[in-house]
Amino acid sequence: MANDVRRIREWMPERNDLSLISDWIPRNATVLDLGCGDGALLAYLKANKGVRGYGLEIDQDNLAACFENGVNVIEQDLDNGLDNFQNDRFDYVVMTQALQAVLRPDRILAEMLRVGREAIITFPNFGHWRVRSYLAFKGRMPVSSALPYEWYDTPNIHLCTVNDFETHCRKNDIRIIQREVVNRDHRSSTLPRLLPNLFGEIAIYRVTR
Amino acid sequence: MPESIPQDSVGLVQPHTLHVDQPLELECGRQLPSYDLVYETYGNLNASASNAVLICHALSGHHHAAGYHSMDEKRPGWWDSCIGPGKPIDTNRFFVVCLNNLGGCHGSSGPTSTNPETGQLWGPDFPMMTVKDWVKSQARLADALGIEQWAAVVGGSLGGMQALQWAIDFPERLRHSVVIAAAPKLSAQNIAFNEVARQSILTDPNFHGGRYYLHDTYPRQGLILARMVGHITYLSDDAMRMKFGRDLRSGRFHFGFDVEFQVESYLRHQGETFSRNFDANTYLLMTKALDYFDPAREQGGTLEQALERTRCGFLVMSFNSDWRFSPERSREIVNALTHVGRDVSYAEVDTPKGHDAFLLPIPEYVKLFGAYLRRVADEVDADGQ
Repeated sequence: MANDVRRIREWMPERNDLSLISDWIPRNATVLDLGCGDGALLAYLKANKGVRGYGLEIDQDNLAACFENGVNVIEQDLDNGLDNFQNDRFDYVVMTQALQAVLRPDRILAEMLRVGREAIITFPNFGHWRVRSYLAFKGRMPVSSALPYEWYDTPNIHLCTVNDFETHCRKNDIRIIQREVVNRDHRSSTLPRLLPNLFGEIAIYRVTR
Repeated sequence: MPESIPQDSVGLVQPHTLHVDQPLELECGRQLPSYDLVYETYGNLNASASNAVLICHALSGHHHAAGYHSMDEKRPGWWDSCIGPGKPIDTNRFFVVCLNNLGGCHGSSGPTSTNPETGQLWGPDFPMMTVKDWVKSQARLADALGIEQWAAVVGGSLGGMQALQWAIDFPERLRHSVVIAAAPKLSAQNIAFNEVARQSILTDPNFHGGRYYLHDTYPRQGLILARMVGHITYLSDDAMRMKFGRDLRSGRFHFGFDVEFQVESYLRHQGETFSRNFDANTYLLMTKALDYFDPAREQGGTLEQALERTRCGFLVMSFNSDWRFSPERSREIVNALTHVGRDVSYAEVDTPKGHDAFLLPIPEYVKLFGAYLRRVADEVDADGQ
């Protein structure tokens, strides 16, 4: 799965989401980063904010990159849960661009909020107008620079919209503390702010129990 | 025999001997008044003595971890795949030390050496050693070599247990502990296999209560059986299937008890080679050291409590086909370390090679191992500036 996460990340032109997320994380916090890739976020947080934590990965190249970057990384498949971590072990559990690629997003979300006091999640919004119009007018599964896969080879097996995610949170008593809905360059602008489900390409949430 | 020394080899090496006169108090309550440690080194110690890496050997290992003793030597040291210029434990950057543990049979004080107090061979009277005792003796070697703090202590299997014990017993004397294909303690099944190995030696009529050397013999059959059963646990079911399958030596059944299947031939050969080169008393002692290893017990019950004392960074690695010390056992160590908030990284290497994988140049393993140690070397360099 992490292999796919890495590929998903490749379409992100810059990791502006990382700087957005790191703004949300206070100094000296403890962080668990699910699907941490090459450890860029953790390395940044460690160097700039004294953050301590661990990344979880299963891709060999990413593991090696984390080792070399001095980032604590544990080979672990997110689909097997997080039961090796105690309740409230971390201040923040982060998962960037992986929610849509896990077997059970609802379960991993519950796990994140069990081991962390807060969770930070980013995912591509399937409700974006371009995605909708692709399906509506072409009658085919959307393929774009943000979703570059065909229906048969996509790692994105549980895509959702901003509305889907927020409905899920409401139903499961998950409180949304902060939301940023941005375009592909992770820039905030008026339209995504006004109509996030239609104009937001990437959703970034900070949630808690 | 190497016709020429490969480029990535440490080349021709010589063992050294450190004689220690300071008595060593042992966990069993006895003490060694004086003892010898045989060791080898590869690479150069830097001016601040901060680039030293200690290699801890496993059950049947010794101090000859890399390179060749002579151009006539058939094979290089036992971990040559991972130690050398450009290899994961890069001798261009590290000063590597590997010793033969006390109780061994390759030159350090042990059952095959002379008890200075009696002038006789130690034999079965050599005191029982534990991982903790070994680590203490290794610290004496570090003192003698002027090494205040190891850049890393590294080991596989029983060697990994020593690397873990180092982190607990001498928290300030190592930067990193690399624990490969190990376990926080042996399972009942692990101990059971060791017991079968010991019983085959102890019940061999040539064992003579461990004083076989007085009878000019040795428990050959016992050692062969011990190694055969041990060797099965070092390989995976898949590795055996791939290597031997049900292949027959002569292509047909003979309806007798001589060697028929290739796997039988292989095990007997392994056992016989081993029996000629290894001492039975040492084998007994090493398996007991494995059985006794349990740092949690010593520190009040939980592994977390034991690891609370540690200060170094950890790399833990396992192999998915290893059933002797399976990945679950390595994850016990990792989980305890994350619970107490230590710096730890963990990788589970995908290979069919079983427990023995830690000795083999498996590309994925070499890559990960090398990546971690490059970081260690970078840290050492950064600190030296």
